[in-house]
Amino acid sequence: MLLLLRRVATLRGARGLAGAPARRLSGAARRHEKKGLGEESTLRPLYMDVQATTPLDPRVLDSMLPYLMHYYGNPHSRTHAYGWESESAMERARQQVASLIGADPREIIFTSGATESNNLAIKGVARFYKSRKKHIITTQTEHKCVLDSCRYLEAEGFRVTYLPVKRNGLIDLKELEDALQPDTSLVSIMTVNNEIGVKQPISDIGQICSSRKVFFHTDAAQAVGKIPMDVNDMKIDLMSISGHKIYGPKGVGAIYIRRRPRVRLEPLQSGGGQERGMRSGTVPTPLAVGLGAACEVSQQEMEYDYKRISVLADRLITKIMTEIPDVVMNGDPEHHYPGCINLSFAYVEGESLLMALKDVALSSGSACTSASLEPSYVLRAIGTDEDLAHSSIRFGIGRFTTEEEVDYTVQKCIQHVKRLREMRFEPPGQQNPPLTLATTSSQVTGSTYGTIIENTPWNPGGRVLIRYCLLPRQLLNYLALQRGYMLRSVRRHPPR
Amino acid sequence: MLLLLRRVATLRGARGLAGAPARRLSGAARRHEKKGLGEESTLRPLYMDVQATTPLDPRVLDSMLPYLMHYYGNPHSRTHAYGWESESAMERARQQVASLIGADPREIIFTSGATESNNLAIKGVARFYKSRKKHIITTQTEHKCVLDSCRYLEAEGFRVTYLPVKRNGLIDLKELEDALQPDTSLVSIMTVNNEIGVKQPISDIGQICSSRKVFFHTDAAQAVGKIPMDVNDMKIDLMSISGHKIYGPKGVGAIYIRRRPRVRLEPLQSGGGQERGMRSGTVPTPLAVGLGAACEVSQQEMEYDYKRISVLADRLITKIMTEIPDVVMNGDPEHHYPDTLFLNYAGCINLSFAYVEGESLLMALKDVALSSGSACTSASLEPSYVLRAIGTDEDLAHSSIRFGIGRFTTEEEVDYTVQKCIQHVKRLREMRFEPPGQQNPPLTLATTSSQVTGSTYGTIIENTPWNPGGRVLIRYCLLPRQLLNYLALQRGYMLRSVRRHPPR
Repeated sequence: MLLLLRRVATLRGARGLAGAPARRLSGAARRHEKKGLGEESTLRPLYMDVQATTPLDPRVLDSMLPYLMHYYGNPHSRTHAYGWESESAMERARQQVASLIGADPREIIFTSGATESNNLAIKGVARFYKSRKKHIITTQTEHKCVLDSCRYLEAEGFRVTYLPVKRNGLIDLKELEDALQPDTSLVSIMTVNNEIGVKQPISDIGQICSSRKVFFHTDAAQAVGKIPMDVNDMKIDLMSISGHKIYGPKGVGAIYIRRRPRVRLEPLQSGGGQERGMRSGTVPTPLAVGLGAACEVSQQEMEYDYKRISVLADRLITKIMTEIPDVVMNGDPEHHYPGCINLSFAYVEGESLLMALKDVALSSGSACTSASLEPSYVLRAIGTDEDLAHSSIRFGIGRFTTEEEVDYTVQKCIQHVKRLREMRFEPPGQQNPPLTLATTSSQVTGSTYGTIIENTPWNPGGRVLIRYCLLPRQLLNYLALQRGYMLRSVRRHPPR
Repeated sequence: MLLLLRRVATLRGARGLAGAPARRLSGAARRHEKKGLGEESTLRPLYMDVQATTPLDPRVLDSMLPYLMHYYGNPHSRTHAYGWESESAMERARQQVASLIGADPREIIFTSGATESNNLAIKGVARFYKSRKKHIITTQTEHKCVLDSCRYLEAEGFRVTYLPVKRNGLIDLKELEDALQPDTSLVSIMTVNNEIGVKQPISDIGQICSSRKVFFHTDAAQAVGKIPMDVNDMKIDLMSISGHKIYGPKGVGAIYIRRRPRVRLEPLQSGGGQERGMRSGTVPTPLAVGLGAACEVSQQEMEYDYKRISVLADRLITKIMTEIPDVVMNGDPEHHYPDTLFLNYAGCINLSFAYVEGESLLMALKDVALSSGSACTSASLEPSYVLRAIGTDEDLAHSSIRFGIGRFTTEEEVDYTVQKCIQHVKRLREMRFEPPGQQNPPLTLATTSSQVTGSTYGTIIENTPWNPGGRVLIRYCLLPRQLLNYLALQRGYMLRSVRRHPPR
């Protein structure tokens, strides 16, 4: 271990990591002081993006390290102690995952992540029952992997119903019942949405599905370990679990597949028949152990975390909404997981606000789709106005988020929203406000996709986007026109 | 870090791991002394099973730790520094993997392991070109995931040719050329076999495939980082890489997909379009960084490792073969050894000891972690299909042991393994009922008095008074009784009763 310590220290020094402080548990008091120009800051932004990924809980890392260093056997090796100890660790982890959701360990299959679990659940079940059942139901606000799997199945000849959601992000149970057909094999509805934090009525949906003998899959990546989930109470048949959303390791996930009544599915990955034939391939023991530990820790911490995060979320929302007007919270405030807050600030460009809040790591939507210039399809599905959709920021509060961090974020957010609004060309209150800021003089701001120049002398009141990213020019031209920009020229510099 | 140290220490104490020593670099001198009964041994077996998996190289773990602790961002987050630093680490790792095999970084896609890479290569390419090309060629000795993927495609309507292999495990290039048809889309042949260590003539196969405009995929999980691989010299179009076979982390792998000329494939995993749309899903940064570091370390260590492992393998084989007769090296049945040392990959040695039951030998060699075949199929009672494909006699197939020599295997470990192996083979052979030299020797040992041995599947009782000269298997595992009965009969056992105790 000491060797490891020295090695890591050398690594740090040699690579000039500037002794970046181990900010595992964050103390944000230092960040209140601004550094002068020329002084390279060794501090890193506050991490307020827990929906994208979470840091490893130290207890989880502790449980993983022995399996990264000493107990390195292949759990499928049956002939020696290395294999036996790896296998027993894997089975212990399986039990830990199962007990978090009230399942039997034989119903837990380790995968490489929630994306694979979702693919397996949807494609696997659909293909197994495809001789008799050709219909699948999902919602418009699902994660991209669910929607893409459904689209892939449509190309294979299945029919998919994408249920719309109400303005508050919840589905209409009556619409779900009406959409169910005699040949529906699967209903897939995520428990907690990763962009707006809305909690679907899983128990009711499970009740409907089980009464109609339709399998119910839920993508619980953002819910497991944060809110109580029980696969029997909620009548869930398939559930996807992601490791790195619950303070566990990246690169591992799990899928719960009900045994009574048995859910059959066609495996996606062929091979030696590991994981009951449902997912072939060597199970990575350190990652499985980490996932199990993360589930066990979550089970212990769930109640306390929920209370603490609710308090912090309340604090954030209340402070922001009392200080500045024209802020919309996307998603139902009641059926809501408090740790995921999506706010739209009217008359403010979301990207500009993100750039301004450079000491806080935030996101304007799902990480999976942040490369696209389109606003989030989730916000579009809940009927958010296009302008407001471009102005949305997602705040994530997690197990290690402190009150000081929330206060700092709120303070900076309020400050920059006020500043950006003041810089707008037209006075507030005007109908159809322009998308972004403008000033009496030419204003240059950075953006993720290019440089926006507002209100140049030769184009007063207009906005010009000088692109630098590698998107095709035609696509960018089209999108720029959509959003009211004129596409001028091309520069290929990275963002300032 | 100190907190971590204390925590790990507490964990160890609390869970009573008996302070198992960190046996990262093994010193086997201690293990020569036997412990008495009742004294719980805190020493662990020598690890001679590197084909199943390898320990993390300490340099790889060093490179991963910062990304497990501090740099925890999602590499696909484009809006903050956590995402940017994760993404640049991921791209650095991609470059490291690419430079090991002579590829461009844009041609490397991170996956969850070689199983997924093989699935993606075979099913992806086959499905993309299925409108015009419906034929795939592979061999009979491929890894289970390749064979299973091909079988799956057969159910989808493709035709698959499983090329036979010669007695030495190599394919016949002439047969490959004859098997190629106008509608062949893919040829998949592994570089180094994980069970017998045979190295296929990849450059020649690549030459044939590229001249006939057929894509060439190779499962290089056991080869990458151990022997020089260059995708352009060898004309490889797709290659599977596994992290935990090259002293990298478990749970990550990569696939090389040629861009010029472009190989198109249909992605298996749908989602947000990560990894150029070929493999959606968050790329696990610590694992990718570990894979990149493992590739970089392998590139530095390859030459030295190869020489050292060849010497150790030479030592092992020579010692065993000179000491005891009737040992067959699978992959070299005509005893061209030591020439075959360089035709095969030296670190994987598969020996069949005639007149000895492989499982009994494994149980006897309890201080050495060995395998009798692929980990993926070790649950089955059937002998390895690879050994069957190279034409090994059924009895010899049951008597085979695979010795794996890796980067951290020491000379003392090899010597100890050899010594124990020779000792137990001699003992087991002496205990046989019939004298050696008899035709069709029985599968296992027998004694004049009742002999009880443990086995992975049950307890074998030889030569009981009520069944002299016979062998009885008392099963305890959870295999279905009918299957076990059938297999037991096949192998000459009588199935008596059921006991459900774990192995002694």
